[in-house]
Amino acid sequence: MLTRTAAAMALVLGLGWSSSAFAQETVKIGVILPYSGPFADAANQLEAGIKLYMQQNGDEVAGKKIEIIRKDTGGPAPDVAKRLAQELVVRDQVDILAGFALTPEALGAADVSAEAQKLMVVMNAATSVVTEKSPYIVRTSVTIPQVNYAFGKWAFEQGGVKEVYTLVSDYGPGHDAQSSFSKGFTEAGGKIVGADKTPVANPDFSAFVQRVKDANPEAVYVFIPGGAQPAALGKALADRGLTPPNVKLFGQGELTHPEALESMGETAKGIITTYHYTLERDDPLNNEYVKSYREANNGRSPDLFSIGGYDGMHLIYESLKKTNGDTGGDALIEAAKGMSWTSPRGPMSIDPETRDVVQTVYIREVKEVDGKLQNVIIHEIPDVKDPLHGAK
Amino acid sequence: MTVEAPTLADPHDWLRRRSRWSVFEIAFWVASLLPFFLFQTYLPLASQIAITALFAVSVDLVLGYAGVVTLGHAMFFGLGAYSAGLISKAGWGEPLTGLIIAGLFAGLVGYIASFIIVRVQHLALIMITLGFCLLTYELANSMSWLTGGTDGLQGVETWPILGVFRFDLWGYAAYGYALAALFLGLVLSRRIVHSSFGLSLRGIRENVRRMPAIGSDYRGHLQKIYTISAVMAGCAGALLTQTTDTVSLDTLSFQRSADVVVMLVLGGTGRLYGAVVGTIIFMVARDQLSDMNPQYWYFWIGLLLMVVVLLMPRGILGSLAQLARRRD
Repeated sequence: MLTRTAAAMALVLGLGWSSSAFAQETVKIGVILPYSGPFADAANQLEAGIKLYMQQNGDEVAGKKIEIIRKDTGGPAPDVAKRLAQELVVRDQVDILAGFALTPEALGAADVSAEAQKLMVVMNAATSVVTEKSPYIVRTSVTIPQVNYAFGKWAFEQGGVKEVYTLVSDYGPGHDAQSSFSKGFTEAGGKIVGADKTPVANPDFSAFVQRVKDANPEAVYVFIPGGAQPAALGKALADRGLTPPNVKLFGQGELTHPEALESMGETAKGIITTYHYTLERDDPLNNEYVKSYREANNGRSPDLFSIGGYDGMHLIYESLKKTNGDTGGDALIEAAKGMSWTSPRGPMSIDPETRDVVQTVYIREVKEVDGKLQNVIIHEIPDVKDPLHGAK
Repeated sequence: MTVEAPTLADPHDWLRRRSRWSVFEIAFWVASLLPFFLFQTYLPLASQIAITALFAVSVDLVLGYAGVVTLGHAMFFGLGAYSAGLISKAGWGEPLTGLIIAGLFAGLVGYIASFIIVRVQHLALIMITLGFCLLTYELANSMSWLTGGTDGLQGVETWPILGVFRFDLWGYAAYGYALAALFLGLVLSRRIVHSSFGLSLRGIRENVRRMPAIGSDYRGHLQKIYTISAVMAGCAGALLTQTTDTVSLDTLSFQRSADVVVMLVLGGTGRLYGAVVGTIIFMVARDQLSDMNPQYWYFWIGLLLMVVVLLMPRGILGSLAQLARRRD
């Protein structure tokens, strides 16, 4: 307690000169993530992305040293996220807020970014509305409508599917995924023949899959969280003969990420998914990225969280270069607007109007390559924007 | 819990003596103003500590005094939080009335639930309270048109307190508001536990079978304290909503119900300030430890809890009181 008192007093007394002497040397970035609790793994993957970028590009930009201050929210806790953002701004005097794996936490901290006029880089949270909550927010991940709306259109136009049955987990992201896929699909001319929701933590899909079988659709669109569920669903579908090529199976990228593919085995073959990042995409930049990521993380492969953190840091570095080290929120957000670059995920840019990410959406099919199941890109849709921002 | 027995001659005198403000209490409340001057940069944390402490006191009333072991009190916290948020979203962002309405709503639900609560005991009681909390959580999750589901409620905007004090970035208004509410809550709780009603609650805790034998309507008492506690927990939830302008499913989570019991055990149950001290220790430790290591700080919390439970079975405050008595 005594040291804290002393520190607080020193802070008050020394505020005058320390801020001018100190702030010129460093740029402080406050990273708010759920490092503990059920989303700890996502936070660690995201941070590994941040670290890799700093390792490759040094920790000095525009003559200033980059300093990262990490804060743990402990799970989906917007009140804690907001408090941490407040503390980072008033106590640690950070220049930039970053991280935000979960939508509620990003929304909670958004007010602070608006009031304190700090650049806030959302590196994952994927609900459309996030960037509208503060004029200083910019996103480097993806939005669920962005990939799924484009996917819905593609399914009818190029996929040649006329009727789809949707089966999604009963929570926010699931609802978003279903509505945006259905929107894209029906706008293109397709028909949704049935829609069903499963509980978020659902060990057994047999009843739901039986209903799908009764509806006898041409294709099924599923959205379920990663972990043990993809394998359980894959098994339930295989048991009833609802796997490709009999019935087409659509989903978002998590469904077939490497760990899920391993547990699903043969039943995964032929599943078509959509995503903004594909680990196996053969591209010099991506290959280099995957290689150094694995070296730095004991062979673990990067995922969507990692690429969000990696590109988020790129955005911060480039914006600082553009402003010549000016860390004001207004200067940084102006620099970030409209910025475009080539990332390991492919070409991407920041929409100058919505400050949201614009990128290539990949359509991938699970195929066997050299005896291993992989997501093979079968189509690319360039420069996709989030469809919901424009709708306003 | 050794409570010195009231002599038959002056039970009222005894009660009055017990309810006198001690030096420690006054010192505590003076110290609670320190963050305004010494730790300004910790005000957001201080306000969340005050809110959680109010919640912990509400749980102490039922768990520590009446012996109702509850693992689902976050239900009332969350109900308060959501009602305050919904009132504000509907266009009425005045904090004080919002706080009162939210508290009353949580109290109403608490009153209805209390009819079931008083009919079960022990393990069944834990299961029932836990079940209530999980049901409310799932209800809020599935009614996403009203609650915003996993994304949390959007569009909460709280007006300045009394039209003057804006909720600022530094957290002055938030801490002042939360501290005032905690103070009122503690004054009210002191009044309750140092009354004959409070004594009969302890009687229920010590031996529930015997209470009807001495002519005490234990079910009525339990219903009353459960409702009061629900109001208080609802107010704590509403405070969290109003000071942060956010509401999420997390306010209803099992984790919140469990954490508050941990805080109570740390500080010492059945003594109001135990709830407050436990909350301060838990949250400050959490804040400091998670700064040092954001990933694995829960290890140290677990260690702290085990040390306290093994060495100080009555909680930190309980053991201190025991030490003080021994020295006398």
